[in-house]
Amino acid sequence: MKSPLISAAILLGGVFAFLKFILPLFTAPLPASLIYLYLAIVLSGIMIFGTMSAGGLEAFMGPIYRFISGEIDGPTKMARILVLIVFPLLVGWQTYTKLAPSELPPAENRTIHPAPPGEFVGLANPYPTNESTIQEGKGIYAANCSPCHGPNFDGKGSAALGFNPPPANFADPGTIAQLQESYLFWRIKKGGVGLPIEGMPWKSAMPRWEHELTDEKIWKVIIGEYDGAGQSPRTWEEED
Amino acid sequence: MKHYSPLQMIRNSTFPISGVSLLKWGGMLVLLLFPILAWAQDAATQAMSVEYRDIPGIGSRNIIWIVAQQHLLLAGFVLGVPIFAWICEIVGWKTNEPRYDKLAKEFTKLLTSAYATTALFGGILLFLLIGLYPKLMAYLTDIFFPSFIAYCILFILETATLYMYWYGWDAMQGRKKALHIFLGLLLNLFALGIMIVPNAWATFQASPVVIADGTAIERAWSAMQNPTWWPVNIHRLIANVVLGGFICGAYAGVRYLLAVTKEEKEHYDWMGYVGNFIGVFGMLPLPFAGYWLMREIYQYNQQMGITLMGGFLAWLFILQAMLIGVLFLGANYYFWLGIAHRIPGSEGQYKKPIMAMLIVLLACLAVWMTPHSLVASLAEAQKMGGTHHPLLGVFGVMSAKMTVSNLMVLVTFMSFIMYWRAGKVETAGWAKAAKGLMGVLLVIASVAVIGLGIWGYFVPAIIRINYFSVAQVLIVLFIMITFTPLTALLMKSAKTTTEMVWGQMPVRAGYSLVLNAVMVILLMSLMGYARSSSRVHWHIYGVMRDTSEYAYSPALGYAAAFMSLNTFVFCLLAAFIFWVATLGDKAKSQPPKDEPVKVPPMGSSTPAMAGGAPTSEETRK
Repeated sequence: MKSPLISAAILLGGVFAFLKFILPLFTAPLPASLIYLYLAIVLSGIMIFGTMSAGGLEAFMGPIYRFISGEIDGPTKMARILVLIVFPLLVGWQTYTKLAPSELPPAENRTIHPAPPGEFVGLANPYPTNESTIQEGKGIYAANCSPCHGPNFDGKGSAALGFNPPPANFADPGTIAQLQESYLFWRIKKGGVGLPIEGMPWKSAMPRWEHELTDEKIWKVIIGEYDGAGQSPRTWEEED
Repeated sequence: MKHYSPLQMIRNSTFPISGVSLLKWGGMLVLLLFPILAWAQDAATQAMSVEYRDIPGIGSRNIIWIVAQQHLLLAGFVLGVPIFAWICEIVGWKTNEPRYDKLAKEFTKLLTSAYATTALFGGILLFLLIGLYPKLMAYLTDIFFPSFIAYCILFILETATLYMYWYGWDAMQGRKKALHIFLGLLLNLFALGIMIVPNAWATFQASPVVIADGTAIERAWSAMQNPTWWPVNIHRLIANVVLGGFICGAYAGVRYLLAVTKEEKEHYDWMGYVGNFIGVFGMLPLPFAGYWLMREIYQYNQQMGITLMGGFLAWLFILQAMLIGVLFLGANYYFWLGIAHRIPGSEGQYKKPIMAMLIVLLACLAVWMTPHSLVASLAEAQKMGGTHHPLLGVFGVMSAKMTVSNLMVLVTFMSFIMYWRAGKVETAGWAKAAKGLMGVLLVIASVAVIGLGIWGYFVPAIIRINYFSVAQVLIVLFIMITFTPLTALLMKSAKTTTEMVWGQMPVRAGYSLVLNAVMVILLMSLMGYARSSSRVHWHIYGVMRDTSEYAYSPALGYAAAFMSLNTFVFCLLAAFIFWVATLGDKAKSQPPKDEPVKVPPMGSSTPAMAGGAPTSEETRK
C-alpha cells in the first residue's frame, strides 16, 4: 500500500511540474510568486485531508514524528542527521539569497489602476455615441494611439515591443471595461507624468496628450476605443 | 516709605476702607486683572484653535488606531452574541431542552463580562478623540449632537436591559420565561440602535451628506442617511454574529482542550459545534453584504472605489481572500472532523465527498487569491508580456471572484447538510426522489453560477453588477432555502444508525476553532483598515482635510503589522475577560478543604456548565 506521505510528495511534485514546465508549453510562464501560492494551497489541502481521521493522522504524520524524534534505526537514522544538518543550511541559503544585494530590480507589485484626482471624478462624456463620433474617434485613435495600442486595440502596435510594461490591451475585459470614461479621459489627458504619487514608482510611457489633443478629441477617441475593442465603459446607469 | 500691595492694603486693618476707596481699589484690581483676563481669553482662543494634539512616541493616529480597533472588536462581540444567545434561549424554550437554555446563559455570561470592557474602551476612545482631534470632533459634534443624545439614551436602556436579562435569568424561568424572552428582544433592538448610530458617524466620514439649513435634528438625520450607512449597518450586523459565533467557538475550543471530566468534554464539544455553526451560517451571506457595500462605495465615489479595489489598497483584498479562504477551510475542516469523530463509522462513507468538496474549495481559493496584476520579477514580466498573465489574468477580476465566493458558500452549505445527514438513514418513501431532486438542483445551480461568471466577461459592467452577480447570489440562496426544509423533513422520519458521540473530537478540532476566531479578528482588522484608509488624506471625505503630520497612508507592511498587533491585543483581552468570567466556576467546582469530596452516584451527574450564576435548581436549594 502506498504511504500517504509518498502520495502527497508525488502530488506536490506533479503540481509543481505542471505549473512550471507543462503550462508554459501552452501559454506564458507563471511567475514564481503564483507557483508558490498554488503549491501552498495544495499543501494545505493535503494536510487537511491527511489529518481528518485518527488513522489518517497516524499514517500521514506518524513517519514524520518518528523520523524527527529519532525513533528509527538503520540507514534512516543517518538520513535524519543529514536532514537536521541540511535543512537549516537550506533555510540560511534561502534567506541569504533573498536578502543579499543584487543588481536585479525587485519583484513588482505594481498598482495598475491608481485612483484618479478629484477633479476628474464623475465627469461624463459630453459627446453621444453614434456612428459619427465612433468614426471620428477611431480616426484620432489610428493617427495617435494605434502605433502602441495596436490597430486591433489589443496592445500589439508596431511600437509595442519597445515598452515594458507593454501598452494596455483594450480588448482584455480586465482593462477599460472595468473603468469609467472619466478615468480614461484623465489617463489620456495627463499621461504617465500625471499619475499620483501614491503607490509610486509608476511605470507608464503614456504621453501627456493634453498638449496634442483637445478635450473634444480625447472624449471622441474614448468612444472610438470602446467601440473598436468591443467593450463598454463602466457606468451606473443602464443604457436605454 | 513703606509700600503696600493692593491686597496687603486691604488686609491691613489700619487701612481705612470706605465705599469710595473700595470702588477705587476695586477698579484698580479690575485694571490689574485685565491682562490676566486677556491672557485667559488668549489661552481660550488658542485652545479653540488647536487642531491636533499628539502623543510622543506612539503618535496620535496609532493610538487611535489601536483603541478604536479594540473597541470595535469588543463591540462586535457584545452586539453579536445577544442575537444568537436569544435565539438559543427561544429554541430551548420551544423544544423544552434545558441544554439550549444553559448554553444561551453561558453565552450571555461571556457577554456581560465583555460589556464593561467595551464601554471602557469606548470612553477611552472618546477622550482620545476629543483630546487629539479637537477640530474634527467639534465639527462632528456640531452635525451629530442630537444623535449623541439618542446614543446616550440607547446606551442606558441597553445597560438596564442587559442587567435585567442576565440577573433575572433564573428568576424568570417557567411562566415568566416569555417575559425574559421579551427582554432579550429589547436587548437586541437596543443593541441594533447602539450599533447603527455610531455607524452613521463613521460612514459620514467616508460618504458625507452635509446640509447647511434646517434644524439640528434635520441636519443630523440627513448626515446619518449617507450612502454607505445601511450597507455598513447590514455588513456589520452579520459580521458581528460571525465574530461572536467564532469567538464563542474558540472559548469552547479552549475549554474543551482544558476539560478533564467526560461531562466537560461533552459540553464544550457541543458548545464548540454550536459556535462554529453560528459563525458559518453568519459567514454565508457575508460576502454578499460585502459586495453590496463595495458597490455602494464605488457608486458613491469612483476615486474611493478605485483606491480600494484597483489602487494601492487592492493588495488588501488578496490578503482578505487568503483569510476568508482559511476561514472557509477551517470551518469545513471542523465539520468534517465532526463526521469522522462524532459519528463512528461515517468516515469511510464520506471520504470521497469530502475530498471532492476540498478540491472545489481549494480551486476556488486559488482563483480568489490570484491577483489581477501579478508579483513578478522583471524577467518574468517580460515573458508574460506585462504583469497580467495572458491565461490566468482573467481570474483577477470581479466576475471570477464573485463566482468562486458563491461556490465556496455553496460547498460550505453542502458540508453542513452532509454533517446533518451523517449517521442517519432516510425512511420516507419519497426520500430517494427528494435526494435526486437535490442532486439535480445542486448541479444546475453550480453550472448556472459558473456560466454567469463566464458570461460576465462579455457584458458591460453594469449588467454584471446589477443582474449577473445578484442572480448568482439568488441561486445560492435558493439552494439554501429549499435544501434546509427539505433536509429537515427527511431527517424528521430518518432512522439513526449511529448515535452522535460528543466529547470524542481530537485536539486539533479545538485548535481549528481557535484558528477560525483568529482569522475573523484579523479579517475585521484588515477590512476596518481598508474602509478607514480609503478616505486617504481626508478626515471627512471631500469636506475636511487631514492637515496633521499623519496625513499619509502607511505602507502596507506597516499596516499589516498593526493589524496583527491589534489582533494579538484583542486575543489577550478576550482571554483575560473569559478567564475572569469563569473564575467563579472554578471556585465553585473546588470542594471546601474541610469537607470530603462527594462522589455523585452513577448516572446522576448533570453536564458540567460554566454558568457564573447559579442554576435555578441550585437557587431553590
